[in-house]
Amino acid sequence: MGISYIYPEFEVVRNTARCIGCRVCEKQCANGVHLFDPELGCMTADDAKCVDCQRCVALCPTRALKIIKNDCTFRENANWQADTIKEIYKQAESGGVLLSSMGNPKPLPVYWDKILINASQVTNPPIDPLREPMETRVFLGKKPSTIERKADGSLKTELAPQLELSMPVMFSAMSYGSISYNAHESLARAAKELGIYYNTGEGGLHEDFYCYGENTVVQIASGRFGVHEEYLSTGAAIEIKMGQGAKPGIGGHLPGTKIVGDVSRTRMIPEGSDAISPAPHHDIYSIEDLRQLVFSLKEATNYKKPIIVKVAAVHNIAAIASGIARSGADIIAIDGFRGGTGAAPTRIRDSVGIPIELALAAVDQRLRDEGIRNNVSLIAGGSIRSASDIVKAIALGADACYIATSALIALGCHLCRTCQTGKCNWGIATQRPELVKRLNPDIGSERLVNLLTAWRHEIMELMGGMGINSIEALRGNRLMLRGINLTEKELEILGISHAGE
Amino acid sequence: MLINAKELDYSALNQKIREADGDCNISECLGQRFIGAGMSDKHIEISGIPGNAMGAYLNGAEITVNGNAQDAVGDTMNNGKIVIHGSVGDAVGYAMRGGKIYVKNNAGYRAGIHMKEYKEKKPVMVIGGRTGSFLGEYQAGGLIIILGMNKGQTPTVGNFPCTGMHGGKVFLRGDVNGITLPKQVSVRAATNEDIMEIKPYINEFCRLFGFEQEKIMSEKFTVIFPDSKNPYKQMYVQN
Amino acid sequence: MYKRPPLEGEVRIPSGCAISAVISKDGNRFCGEGIIKSMIPMHDRSNGLGGGFAAYGIYPDYKEFYAFHIFYNDNSDRIQCENFLKDGFEIVKAENIPIKKIPEITNVPLIWRYFVAPLSSVLARLQIDEKEYIARTVMRINTQIGGAYVFSSGKNMGVFKAVGFPEDVGRFYRLDEYAGYMWTAHGRYPTNTPGWWGGAHPFALLDYSIVHNGEISSYDANRRYIEMFGYKCTLQTDTEVITYIADYLLRKQGLTLEETASVIAAPFWSTIDKKPEKEKKVYEFLRTVYPSLLITGPFSIILGFEGGLMALNDRLKLRSMVCAEKDNMVYIASEEAAIRAIAPNVSQVYSPAGGEPIIVKVKEGKF
Repeated sequence: MGISYIYPEFEVVRNTARCIGCRVCEKQCANGVHLFDPELGCMTADDAKCVDCQRCVALCPTRALKIIKNDCTFRENANWQADTIKEIYKQAESGGVLLSSMGNPKPLPVYWDKILINASQVTNPPIDPLREPMETRVFLGKKPSTIERKADGSLKTELAPQLELSMPVMFSAMSYGSISYNAHESLARAAKELGIYYNTGEGGLHEDFYCYGENTVVQIASGRFGVHEEYLSTGAAIEIKMGQGAKPGIGGHLPGTKIVGDVSRTRMIPEGSDAISPAPHHDIYSIEDLRQLVFSLKEATNYKKPIIVKVAAVHNIAAIASGIARSGADIIAIDGFRGGTGAAPTRIRDSVGIPIELALAAVDQRLRDEGIRNNVSLIAGGSIRSASDIVKAIALGADACYIATSALIALGCHLCRTCQTGKCNWGIATQRPELVKRLNPDIGSERLVNLLTAWRHEIMELMGGMGINSIEALRGNRLMLRGINLTEKELEILGISHAGE
Repeated sequence: MLINAKELDYSALNQKIREADGDCNISECLGQRFIGAGMSDKHIEISGIPGNAMGAYLNGAEITVNGNAQDAVGDTMNNGKIVIHGSVGDAVGYAMRGGKIYVKNNAGYRAGIHMKEYKEKKPVMVIGGRTGSFLGEYQAGGLIIILGMNKGQTPTVGNFPCTGMHGGKVFLRGDVNGITLPKQVSVRAATNEDIMEIKPYINEFCRLFGFEQEKIMSEKFTVIFPDSKNPYKQMYVQN
Repeated sequence: MYKRPPLEGEVRIPSGCAISAVISKDGNRFCGEGIIKSMIPMHDRSNGLGGGFAAYGIYPDYKEFYAFHIFYNDNSDRIQCENFLKDGFEIVKAENIPIKKIPEITNVPLIWRYFVAPLSSVLARLQIDEKEYIARTVMRINTQIGGAYVFSSGKNMGVFKAVGFPEDVGRFYRLDEYAGYMWTAHGRYPTNTPGWWGGAHPFALLDYSIVHNGEISSYDANRRYIEMFGYKCTLQTDTEVITYIADYLLRKQGLTLEETASVIAAPFWSTIDKKPEKEKKVYEFLRTVYPSLLITGPFSIILGFEGGLMALNDRLKLRSMVCAEKDNMVYIASEEAAIRAIAPNVSQVYSPAGGEPIIVKVKEGKF
């Protein structure tokens, strides 16, 4: 105890009448919360170790457990809230930088929830997606500005390389190392079955997953882990990661404890060594250098792969995107400030970057103003939570969306936000074999396929309601959106009218 | 095959190299980028000045430059060899993971940042002269050898070398006074074992550029190596 | 609700670039063909949205007069501006700047050149020196006469710039017909369509001109500081604010070039701590007096002035820059290829360290 003592955040409540002492909770908890006390002949719990991942709750055969927020409180203070006080205690005790995981949990505006979607009434008909054709196929990549004809007058139909998606969704980058082998396998198999893509993240591609290459986006980040000629040529596209919504402007440190076995081999660094990604790519300090990296990748892969440039949504995003669109990139991915992460300094996660909705609207408009929107496709990411978020993003101007947190939740993640500890009880953000095996890739991929199949139906229903039967007719169709409870300025940036207008 | 690079842009030049049956000899090169990017078999010899990102993702090919080269030589190189009979610009061997780079004279800023190794795959970079600041930042593996020849009064390396180093070794030849190293690395005078480790590369350096091995080995070498594979572990507190 | 894309100055447009310079230390004058040629191997560092040149020693017949190069949107802007100039200046010559119509350069504004001298009566009334009056006049025209933009205002020097690739801009302005002892050049890679020629570089005030590669992160700290001293940053570009900083430190504060370099690319405190006591005091003094003029983020710049130039990298050297010398000619560029394009046989190519100024001056009396 002492002045830095922090009372446990959660309380493990055990209904002793229901508990049968089967010790499943004890076996399931990598954090060591539950213990069987042989003297008392019953289960005990160390609340201080609980992260509220709900694993024990979900597996308790007699529903004897619940985890609740502890009601032991500091004196209420709207300015000095409990989290703030606890963070100061932690730093005063350790001298450390606060480290968190997953997306920004702060009560900042979620613009998706303040945007409403249109439906047809009387003047034009809604379409029934169950009976009428309803198209969600999308091609991502550079579109030519003019057509060319052959000598015989027929059209030249060769295009710059494109990614074909059955629906406008892709799994965004999560590296092997930050998530487990089984999680990667689930994503890869689901992407293949769905006709979409998953993304290796920056940790290289495990040898077992080269067979999913046609549905894989391979990423190249500042650490260049696992990047070699075969890796580049295996993926359907190459993504240059300049930034990430959860931590714009900084690199990453995957702790040595996660660099074990296959992770070490895939990243091609020794076991136990930290995997450090510098904040910048040290060959990119300016926009013309990005062009250099884009074209070095194109040269190395003989112009066969579309190049995605992923950036975090930051203040100057419209100008940045405009620069990228002129750099030879085929696709720009923008990651909003609520995007998830396996580990990020708390202060960066919670206070750097801007919402994806505003960034996407600003970028789409700027590229149109400059007449270069066709140079690139746009992918929006950073907490896309549902089919309606996707429809809104497409209507604002995105070609497709990146999802990751939603995919992890489908795999069992309960958003306890402690990925950085490497003790994920759901077998996702961990490299411990006994935890990894809890995620069965057969079930995992099926759940991902279920989720996106359901979303695709919902997208079609929403489109049908608007009288739109192809996703192309929704893209950038901002008249289909109205804002609610938004200021003039917010509406102006989003380029939409207020509800009732 | 002889290729005159005059009037060729980088894309046309690289296409010619890819299509060539065997080794290529490029003349009148003037700033064309990405020469040899990702290539795995040929030997490419260049006269003139190659452009940035020469030998990026190099995968086994060999490149010889009869003069200087610009920035980002051997970027993310995987295998093969690059020999520069002159100096190189900034960021040589960035994120290099295999193969060898030999530079007769100097290297610019940020040489060997984030070089890494895995088992038998161990990149090696030998610089005959001196290098600018930020040498071997975040180095995660491999060997960087700086010989410091003809450096005059200037120190062998610039400021802030080896920051965040967590793997591999840096060898500095000769006087290391005035070079400030970060806390997380250790320094020792090279042991016999260290010298044996670099000897084959010094040998090859001498063979390539016509130096005398005895003369180079007659000066003392200093070895810099990381204290920990986890330099930033202590920096964080779980929140 | 269509909005026209914002012009340069209405939004901040970061950009990357290529730079090059050639100077004869003997003051020999040579035509602009070489500097154009040096930009060609660096074509990929620009994107066709801005190119330009500064040439020194090109107006020997008018060396006593300030040469104003001005863009106008139309003739009414020109008439308004000329009327304003007549109030304060003797205009000894007014003419169109000769151009060659080429398909690569479009949307050409009116481009005029004036050789002027401030009226002594005006200077006597205002009680300010000539250069200060010129600087104020330029600020006034650029902020108050819409559609008129002074892009060059020094003596015996001139800036030539346009929206286009630098090699095309050079042909457009017929630079092979001018002879100067020093040339600098710039190819721009902005992250936006400037749509306006004033946004191209070099940026110049009096005889100071700047070509610059990089995007500085200290911009608004620098801008808000320098605007306290009568400067108005109308373009929101890095190059503009760096030019004003140079003018402020060199002309108004009277610092030397080396001291100026130690302000804008100040050594790290850890480096200063290792210096001998006397030097240390100077560095500490400069950092303490001008903290808001420290420029951070990547840049390599070439500052041109009457009789010479200074090339400087940011203190981390985040941009590349090399120099070489042969037969009393000095060459500086973003890439060695640019130098080899015009001087294939230079022997030593030198890369200055971050924050290390390269100062080249023409021999006294030779310019």
